[in-house]
Amino acid sequence: MTTATSTPKLNRTYKWAGGLAGIVVTTVVFIVPFIFIVLTASKTGQEASLLEFSWPTEWRFFENLVEVVQARDYILVTAFINSTILTVGSVTLMVVVSALVGYVLQRRRSRWNGLISFLVLAGLIVPPAVVPTIWVMQGLGIYKTLHGLILIEVAFGMAFCILMFRAFVATIPRELDEAAIMDGAGPIRLFFKVIFPLLRSVIVTVVVVQSVFVFNDFQNPLYFLPGDKGATVQTTLYAFQGQFSTSWNLLFMDILLITLPMLLMYIFFNRQIVAGMTSGAVKG
Amino acid sequence: MTMTTTTSQTGSASAWPAEPEPTARKRRGKKRSPYPMWFYLPAAIIYIGLFVVPTFTSFYFSLTRWTIFDSEFVGLENFQTFFSEPFLFQSLIHTLIYAAITSGLKVVLGLLIGVFLSSQIIARGYLRSVVFFPVLVSAVGVGVTFSVLMDPFDGLINKSLAVFGIEGPGWLTDPNLALYSVAFVDVWSGVGIATLIYIAGIVAIPQEYFEAAKVDGANAVKSFWNITLPLMRPATTTVIILSLIGGLRSFALIWTMTNGGPGFSSDVLASMVYKQYQAGFYGLSTAGNVVLFVLVAVIVVPLFWFLNRKEVDQ
Repeated sequence: MTTATSTPKLNRTYKWAGGLAGIVVTTVVFIVPFIFIVLTASKTGQEASLLEFSWPTEWRFFENLVEVVQARDYILVTAFINSTILTVGSVTLMVVVSALVGYVLQRRRSRWNGLISFLVLAGLIVPPAVVPTIWVMQGLGIYKTLHGLILIEVAFGMAFCILMFRAFVATIPRELDEAAIMDGAGPIRLFFKVIFPLLRSVIVTVVVVQSVFVFNDFQNPLYFLPGDKGATVQTTLYAFQGQFSTSWNLLFMDILLITLPMLLMYIFFNRQIVAGMTSGAVKG
Repeated sequence: MTMTTTTSQTGSASAWPAEPEPTARKRRGKKRSPYPMWFYLPAAIIYIGLFVVPTFTSFYFSLTRWTIFDSEFVGLENFQTFFSEPFLFQSLIHTLIYAAITSGLKVVLGLLIGVFLSSQIIARGYLRSVVFFPVLVSAVGVGVTFSVLMDPFDGLINKSLAVFGIEGPGWLTDPNLALYSVAFVDVWSGVGIATLIYIAGIVAIPQEYFEAAKVDGANAVKSFWNITLPLMRPATTTVIILSLIGGLRSFALIWTMTNGGPGFSSDVLASMVYKQYQAGFYGLSTAGNVVLFVLVAVIVVPLFWFLNRKEVDQ
């Protein structure tokens, strides 16, 4: 784009040479680590411990898969169930409560607007205080519970969602609200029947981006849901790192398993992920 | 806790009919605002209970010796400990180094890769997806993978260097290098976001600018320097702020790759907070959190204000 088009021949050379150079460099830098994960996950324990980047002499892919799923009394199954409940629960709740805030914040002028916008920006920037949060959760009786962690993820992820929703609501003409009010719609019907359906595209973006964040989150489950019963896929991988220090094949099989959902997500929602993560939402 | 939040909220809700808004006259039914304040309520309860209250109470608890059940006020003792113990204070320096390196490299590499991936080359879409995909891999997964790749003897990185006759260092075992190695991996996994933000910015530049520059005899380097770069300011602002916020708080990657070691050589504030929490020093841990809070506020807030203002000036 920025290159001069004065000499078409030079341009064609650049097109191919640049592209090929890009392919070579990205293969070495980005693809090789992923191939390494797949190869190591397919080896026998002994061969994997050599940490070599080589073709497995004996393919043990499915045996390793079965073994890692069965490890420690099927903890990986528990972890996948917990992570799924955590992701679905927190993202659903996050979308509904933040859409309500983003909508009213954009539509209604009140003296609270300044304070609320400030709190939303603070939510993006301020690192949560860990032990006081545990203290509050203990007081409420939700420490070490899955629903407690769901509420935590909602609280920490809300700011981003609110900014996305506020920006999108601004593009919906007010005349639509007025027409619905003329027809006698109350606030709840106005929001859920008229506005909420129009938010569909931004909801998809928010859901996809927040699912990635919550599913990949390590720090919050580590602090607020410790113990085997509350294992999530990320804390399980971390625990395996300590226990399987000699079985790299199983460890890398676990990495493969928990990365797969993200890969599928990326294939199906490429556009929404890119839109959400590059929206520059910090600028409010 | 819920009690206090609920009462403060109903307080704000009952305050609204009094505000000088013509539609909000308190005549039951008809003239109520179609955008009721109670729509804020569910979000406010969760946010205030689990974010605002812990943040405010952290200032008090950082001044106490604290075992979750009872706390004893000790004044600034925790902060005194923090600033006088080298291994605690070092974590603050490490945090600054880590944040500066990761955000600096993300800006430079993100811009270069962004320009490259928006030029006319083959396999552009493929290259963009490859650069972006690591963003979606969890920090724990990336950390485990790279701690194997960076193994000083058998790791793929040092073995590849050996082919060229270079003896690779102990990336994660050398105390002088560990922090930088982790920062490098952070850039590897996060540069995709920066790249995409820059690509979005470059695509938005009107083609006429480049055509006009070409008519005036500017070459590719000149039009990059005089057109692309200045117009990339908003994108750069976004990248810097996003990666600074991420870099200052960074925990998962450091924890899975080095546990803050060897010794305390790659400890950052977030990992120090976790270590003190594990050791049962809740007051000291919270003091670390307050230091992190102040650090983020002191760096990010003025930057946010300054960079956004510059933009308006242009």
